[in-house]
Amino acid sequence: MNKIWIIAKRELQSFFDSLTAYIMLIAFVGFSGFFTWLYGADIFLRNQADLQVFFNIAYWTLFFFIPAITMRMLAEENKSGTIELLLTKAVTDWQVILGKFFACLILILIALLLTIPYYLTVWKLGPVDHGAVWSGYLGLILMSAAYISIGLYTSSVNNNQIVAFLLAIFIGIFFHIIFQVLAQSFTGTIGGVFSYMSISTHYESISRGVIDSKDLIYFLSVILLGLVLSEISLSKRNVVD
Amino acid sequence: MDIIIENITKKYGPQKAVDDISFHVKTGEVVGFLGPNGAGKTTTMKILTGLIAPNKGNAKIGNYSVRDDAEKVKKLIGYLPENNPLYLEMPIIDYLQFAAEIQGVPQNKVKLRIQEMIRICGLKAEKHKKIGELSKGYRQRVGLAQAMIHDPEVLILDEPTTGLDPNQIVEIRRLIKEIGKEKTVILSTHILPEVEATCDRILIISKGKIVADGTSENLRKQSQGHELLRVRIEDGERNDVFSQLQKLPHVGLVDFIRGIDNCYEVQSRGEFGNKRDVFALCVKNNWVLTEMTPIETKLEDLFRDLTIN
Repeated sequence: MNKIWIIAKRELQSFFDSLTAYIMLIAFVGFSGFFTWLYGADIFLRNQADLQVFFNIAYWTLFFFIPAITMRMLAEENKSGTIELLLTKAVTDWQVILGKFFACLILILIALLLTIPYYLTVWKLGPVDHGAVWSGYLGLILMSAAYISIGLYTSSVNNNQIVAFLLAIFIGIFFHIIFQVLAQSFTGTIGGVFSYMSISTHYESISRGVIDSKDLIYFLSVILLGLVLSEISLSKRNVVD
Repeated sequence: MDIIIENITKKYGPQKAVDDISFHVKTGEVVGFLGPNGAGKTTTMKILTGLIAPNKGNAKIGNYSVRDDAEKVKKLIGYLPENNPLYLEMPIIDYLQFAAEIQGVPQNKVKLRIQEMIRICGLKAEKHKKIGELSKGYRQRVGLAQAMIHDPEVLILDEPTTGLDPNQIVEIRRLIKEIGKEKTVILSTHILPEVEATCDRILIISKGKIVADGTSENLRKQSQGHELLRVRIEDGERNDVFSQLQKLPHVGLVDFIRGIDNCYEVQSRGEFGNKRDVFALCVKNNWVLTEMTPIETKLEDLFRDLTIN
């Protein structure tokens, strides 16, 4: 656990040493704030004291921001060779993967923390369904974790950050929207399977305030799958025939 | 701590990068790993550091095997990879702290070790800079500092002096020698004078196999087989001196050295030396011996002999 934290700490440090973290945080809070409070179907038009508008916006902003954070995690290390130095330290491949995973997750948590004033403002404006707000945040965190693990995997399979970014978006878009569209075009079991595979189905039900074990299991399995694939990809240097 | 390599084979696809090599390095030995490009030096080092697994065979550091106790082995080793990859965006001190923590240096000793490394590696003037702002020589020092930060028993350095200027090369070699007094060091290079200057023992590897193993002196003798002398004898008649030298009991071959008067090359037969005989011959004939120099085979020649074909 300690080793994972040391790796995560270094990654966070390097987010903040470069401009990545600041740009990401400002852009996330700026975008979601703009669309939540000022533009289009904003929070005031709903006539309801909730954060549903924000959750819908964040669902998309995070979808694009997360691959931008994860793309460099392993691709850059592969390219510059620092991965060699890291893996010859007294750490396991799993600790490296988890360290990087938690670093990204912590950055997203910081971004979400910065939106807490939205919650407090809405609270001032009218009676808020606190449970729905918290479960909405939980949905965002779970969705972020799923995309981080997918992003880590795409970053681990090659050493080009742009490819890692595009690949993460490509895989992500299936979970984000395509499965749902397919689910609507099919009926019966196939439609059900597509609907189950879509992140949006599960996210929507959580962000409405319904925390179902089915949704939790879904998110945890996507996260686990991404992490396991990343670990396999990292350790394939050791595969001998 | 001893390093034992037992019958290691590593294949990349159909190509054997390392082909069934075995050797033993004793504690406190500085071993130079020589070989042409692509001979398998780096692969052997990567196996030793636990980065990649061998197809066959095993490597042990002390009592720990790289296959079964990879994490313990990694703790005992300090590794400086080829090209010295570092996190360029990090400040030196932060990076050294990361390296120390991840290698399990106790929290209360981390600061002390960092100061020690900055002193030993001569990083004091630059210590507040980011690694990306450093010159190549200083980056190399940071690479060495991170390798030694946890005071490892074994140091593995892959081409530690590439890209350094001559002054830095001398300094790094001095540093390696200093470390080698207590620790086991394996360093790879294809710069021959470097091994002579720093190593107790030389391993030459070619096409994945070890082709020579010994001190630089031993290797020279081995390749030469017999003593070679360059002598200058004055006051004698050229052909007379030549034939008398040829008649000495242990002389195999005498040759005039072209362009220099009264100079001969005398090669011994078998393992016997000729220095005393040549001297006695000169005394007997009242010749004046003005020069007698043993000619050593250059390590370069040996290297070429062993690694070509």
